[in-house]
Amino acid sequence: MDIFGIPIQALMGQLLIGLINGSFYAILSLGLAIIFGLLNIINFAHGALYMMGAFCAWIGLNWLGLNYWVALIAVPVVVGAFGMLIERTMLKHLYKLDHLYGLLLTFGLALIIEGLFRYRFGISGESYPVPELLAGGFNLGFMFLPKYRAWVIAVSLVVCFGSWFIIERTKLGSYLRAGTENPQLLQAFGINVPLMITLTYGFGVALAAFAGVLAAPVLQVNPVMGSNLIIVVFAVVVIGGMGSIMGSIVTGLGLGLIEGLTKVFYPEASAVVIFVIMGIVLLLRPAGLFGRER
Amino acid sequence: MKRKILGSAVAAAVAFAPAFTQAATTVSDGAVKLGVLTDMSGTYSDLAGPGTVEATKMAVEDFIAKEKPDFKIEVISADHQNKADISANKAREWFDTQKVDTIVDLVTTSTALAVMKVANEKNRISLVSGAGSTPITNEQCNDTTVHWTYDTYSLPVGTAKAVVKQGGKNWYFITADYAFGHSLEKNTSEVVTKSGGKVLGSVRHPFPGSDFSSFLLSAQASGAQVIGLANAGADTINSIKQAKEFGITPKQSLAGLLMFISDVHSLGLEATAGMYLTTGFYWDYNDETRTWSKRYFEKMKRMPTMVQAGNYSSVYHYLKAVKAAGTDEAKAVMAKMREMPVNDFFAKNGKVRADGRMVHDMYLAQVKKPSESKYPWDYYHIREVIKGEDAFIPLAESKCPLVKK
Repeated sequence: MDIFGIPIQALMGQLLIGLINGSFYAILSLGLAIIFGLLNIINFAHGALYMMGAFCAWIGLNWLGLNYWVALIAVPVVVGAFGMLIERTMLKHLYKLDHLYGLLLTFGLALIIEGLFRYRFGISGESYPVPELLAGGFNLGFMFLPKYRAWVIAVSLVVCFGSWFIIERTKLGSYLRAGTENPQLLQAFGINVPLMITLTYGFGVALAAFAGVLAAPVLQVNPVMGSNLIIVVFAVVVIGGMGSIMGSIVTGLGLGLIEGLTKVFYPEASAVVIFVIMGIVLLLRPAGLFGRER
Repeated sequence: MKRKILGSAVAAAVAFAPAFTQAATTVSDGAVKLGVLTDMSGTYSDLAGPGTVEATKMAVEDFIAKEKPDFKIEVISADHQNKADISANKAREWFDTQKVDTIVDLVTTSTALAVMKVANEKNRISLVSGAGSTPITNEQCNDTTVHWTYDTYSLPVGTAKAVVKQGGKNWYFITADYAFGHSLEKNTSEVVTKSGGKVLGSVRHPFPGSDFSSFLLSAQASGAQVIGLANAGADTINSIKQAKEFGITPKQSLAGLLMFISDVHSLGLEATAGMYLTTGFYWDYNDETRTWSKRYFEKMKRMPTMVQAGNYSSVYHYLKAVKAAGTDEAKAVMAKMREMPVNDFFAKNGKVRADGRMVHDMYLAQVKKPSESKYPWDYYHIREVIKGEDAFIPLAESKCPLVKK
């Protein structure tokens, strides 16, 4: 059976791959959305921190002998702590200023971090092996699905919806949301708002690093892997609605699928399709698909 | 009046005195100045970049030590960021204010074409080592450009022929969607068809890309025996890595149409074992290449790519030509460069043709299995030496107006 001249099996395969890429978009845009939603910072360093996550996994494996599973836990903690250091020493001075200042600062940081890694590791980067437990794959009939990619989908869905649940459905989450609406009032209730903000930024950064570790076995670990991705991820956040948690998850996955379909029907356009959608969405719904007008 | 004439005569005699004793080199602005214009921080900075700058400096040092020239040589460098406009502006600035005589390297085709045009206008020389497309010495050739290391015609001659000969008859291309990728796909398709193979189709990916699984899946569905990668750098690296992940290799085989030793080093032998590639230089080919490459390694802690080695060779040959011509005037130096054969660790009896192409042997290499690699950077078996006359566009087919037919 064919759909527009493409065998349905091939189409299924491409959709699945779109979903895998969408998972990366979802985790990264989720981190961005949390940071923007709660801190009002447009975190341009997100791509660099994602790259740092991947490199830390590589360094852990090759210099310290820590395997993939340890890296998956340890790297987000380490990079998240680095993020908190940035927040404490630099970002906290910018909350009262226009968004642009945060954007410029984090953009500068991204360039510095990238430059340092480029200086140390060169541009071709390093290769990270797929963990043994997840090597090989399943033959689904219509395609060969590497076990590792299946793992990526599963774990990112768990992490994304877990984060959504914490923020939208728990008491801790309600503090966070209250903190963005009215920090003074929340402070009056005896909650340490600055600490909460620091931890939130750390969590957003940890998500980026987590995505970096997830990506390390499938992409070449190189200093520009973040800057290649970050623009797309920003488009995802804008389409989903800046600061909307659920919006970023759903849009991330959805746009992964659309990009996958474009690769089947007109591959040359696959790099632009997301931006075309972004343009249309901004014209029709400036606050994004899931965003609220403020 | 008499005294004045006498004075002028003495001055003239003093000025011309060396001319009678030995042929001194008259260089403009007191020095021969080389400008290395390359990718210092982008996608191609590992295969060219700082390594090229070092190779250029080595060539200058070696030339001074061995040939004892009577002129000064200076080297400066800059990042062309792989952008044609930036390169052209830098070239203009160098020629007009920095007194640069010759620009070397130029890693992307667009930058090379832009700079060689400016250089020609100003009667200066471009020594292109990094860029690969054939128009540099074909449709857009000029009389002050030399294209040294490789081009998109020479790459498939080795790789595609060999792969078809091994039984890889049906091809499918994954092509980077820009001038270089298209040119490489076209040249390779011709070789494949000529050698008795067949091209089943191709898919074009945006440049640069990161996830190639969709394109690989299309290639898999095509049922082709060979997937030709008409891309370069990080794109090639990611394609190879993901092909392995999706179980495409070893059922279908991959042919990297432009691969550098830096790519193989970064991917590891596990992922690349058995692949064929064509290269203009391999560090471990013979004693001469090893001696030079080990000196390079001491400085850069990496083995040289063909671009870096080729750059050394081109700079050394250029300086020899300046010495032989006794001037750094571009046309005179170009004449000497064409006249003298190139004989060094990089090329044996290499020849600079009228169209600017430096014709030298190329090598068909196969990447070793991890078990066959005995020491660091021991990566290739050299399977075949492709003679210079077979490796590059025959002059009879050239579209370069400088070629007299």
